[in-house]
Amino acid sequence: MSLKNILSDKKSELLASWFDRILDTYPAETAKFLRNQKDRFANPVGQTIREGIEDIFRELLQDGDIEKVSCYLDNVIRVRAVQEFTASQAVAFVFFLKSVIRDGIKDIPLTDELFHELMTLEAQIDSLALIAFDIFMQCREKLYDIKANEMKNMTYRLLQRANMITEIRDEEKDNNLIAIQKKEVKT
Amino acid sequence: MAKLPKPEELLQLNYNPPPSEDWMDRPVELKQGNFCWGAKGKNLAVVEFPNARDWTPVEADWKLPKDWEGTVLEAMADRLSKYRSFKVFMDICVRCGACADKCHFFIGGGDPKNMPVLRAELMRSVYRKYFTNSGKYLGRLAGARELNLNVLKEWWYYFYQCTECRRCSVFCPYGIDTAEITMMAREFTNLLGLNTDWISGPVANCYMKGNHLGLEPHAIMNSIEGMIDDIETITGIRINPSFNRKGAEILFVTPSGDLFADPGTFTAMGYMMLFHELGLDYTWSTYASEGGNFGFFTSNEMAKRLNAKIYAEAKRLGVKYIIGGECGHMWRVLNQYMDTWNGPADFMEVPKSPITGTVFDNAASTKMIHVTEFTADLIKNGKLKLDPSRNDDLVITYHDSCNTARGMGLLDEPRYIIHNVCNKFHEMPDNTIRERTFCCGSGTGLNASENMDIRMRGGYPRANAVKHVRDKHGVNMLANICAIDRATLSASMDYWVPGVRVTGVHELVANALLMTGEKERETNLRGEPLPGKGGNE
Repeated sequence: MSLKNILSDKKSELLASWFDRILDTYPAETAKFLRNQKDRFANPVGQTIREGIEDIFRELLQDGDIEKVSCYLDNVIRVRAVQEFTASQAVAFVFFLKSVIRDGIKDIPLTDELFHELMTLEAQIDSLALIAFDIFMQCREKLYDIKANEMKNMTYRLLQRANMITEIRDEEKDNNLIAIQKKEVKT
Repeated sequence: MAKLPKPEELLQLNYNPPPSEDWMDRPVELKQGNFCWGAKGKNLAVVEFPNARDWTPVEADWKLPKDWEGTVLEAMADRLSKYRSFKVFMDICVRCGACADKCHFFIGGGDPKNMPVLRAELMRSVYRKYFTNSGKYLGRLAGARELNLNVLKEWWYYFYQCTECRRCSVFCPYGIDTAEITMMAREFTNLLGLNTDWISGPVANCYMKGNHLGLEPHAIMNSIEGMIDDIETITGIRINPSFNRKGAEILFVTPSGDLFADPGTFTAMGYMMLFHELGLDYTWSTYASEGGNFGFFTSNEMAKRLNAKIYAEAKRLGVKYIIGGECGHMWRVLNQYMDTWNGPADFMEVPKSPITGTVFDNAASTKMIHVTEFTADLIKNGKLKLDPSRNDDLVITYHDSCNTARGMGLLDEPRYIIHNVCNKFHEMPDNTIRERTFCCGSGTGLNASENMDIRMRGGYPRANAVKHVRDKHGVNMLANICAIDRATLSASMDYWVPGVRVTGVHELVANALLMTGEKERETNLRGEPLPGKGGNE
């Protein structure tokens, strides 16, 4: 039986263990809530993590494509990127999967073949961790963009009205839009 | 009560000793991204607030006045005797936990001190120590603790992480309003000069100039003239609103955010187009130029002082009643406090729509109605010609702003309007709308930039529900009736649900409104081609 088949059979047990490991990164009271409240709108963080790791696990076993896995990782990391974690703490959950799998198969005799498969799988998990770090950075950079855009948006019209901005017209824009912009800088 | 463990859970014995550190002993750690910069001395001085000086929350020395503990305890005693609700809220909680998982900051962030029950406990523990016999004599055993610098810092940190949205109070079997506990904490911290720059700046501006941005009359008029130019470009109709006009029937007051920041400006254009089409006898005021009230996030007295200008201006101009624009906390203030603070407004009349004749008895005392009440009544009476297909490129959902939903029960009027001006609308899940709506995550003066991390996680429960309707129904526009929502949900959508934009309800109204004498419109108020125009179909 291949490693992936073994993992597939033990899927629910492994996912539960992975989920628990992730919840351990939260305070005990919070973890209780994240675990027990199953309504995805009352508990978006818990459910996003639960569904996210299930999707990632499935894709990993299917040698799924990078884009899909990135999307699933994004769902989880986008949450952890704004919670009170350092960068390493935010993405560490990917590495948790390694020990979860090793613990999960510890009773199964490790043949050469299984060992080789395990090494391959762990290398894949390492790749996921690298993608996870990229996503974490994208999320943080997005936050900085949002901060900058908010400042711009708050002051842009004021500066326009104070005649401190003269916009270069975009000839390809819709005529009405150009007309609006002309009038905005006129006064 | 907390749920009892099941037998199998009881069998899973945990041999680790419980953590030795109680929540009371854990010193507060101020983390960047969770708090706003400290108030500037000049902004506190201008409103004659105590201990006006520049201060920095991350520095150990908060430059507190002498005997600050005495100041706080004296104020606490005063408020306990003055406000029966505060006393009841301090005494009555049985820690059932119903509120614990209802706060958007706890749900999105996971910090247990953001559970409303524990956040309130930060203050209750001090209350018990100084104002109850059990706390005085039994101390810790009775859940009491002394007020010290660490406790004060903890108060400041966590009570400026509450948006006073009151979602937790909906679930409290005793009706404890945690927002009022936060309000008290903010009263006390303001006695020590501990406010944020983001709140105290607008308060100072509002006190000096009448609005949060500190806009002087010419700047307000100039901005509105710019919108009039845009409206003329789009519709071919020139609108001529009046300013500070004595003898007008109606005074119109809206948050100043509608005057300068997109997408609020489109909402303001919407009001003006509607009022023009009706031929409404109304005036803007460059004095009562702010419906919002950041004093409300400061102290009761400051909120009252800033609010006073609205009735004063109505009296000076001699209007019959007031219509207020789309704003959130502005309406909690107007609906629940204005009358007792600065009323009675007996110099005005009970609002009566000049178009439909409807008398708004619900505002018989305040003499001020919400613009969505006014517009919903117009539509109900068939007074508006509307072409909802002009909004057909939009798939809309509606976010109930906390203050209008829970503070005044304004739930159906905005929806009724949207249903009449748009063809594509989908509600978010039941437990995220109406009375149970989730906060945008940035109310009560938390809409600064330096606390973006907490804003995003506080906004996650709302954004998660929007994401659901975006993925399921293709929703691409989030409507609301709050100026802070229009600004902050734009940021939240940008992070959590890209592709969904934010609009005020009256922007949608104005897009659909068939105005007398208008040219064939090519674009919506944002200058984007209307459906079927400009080859975007």
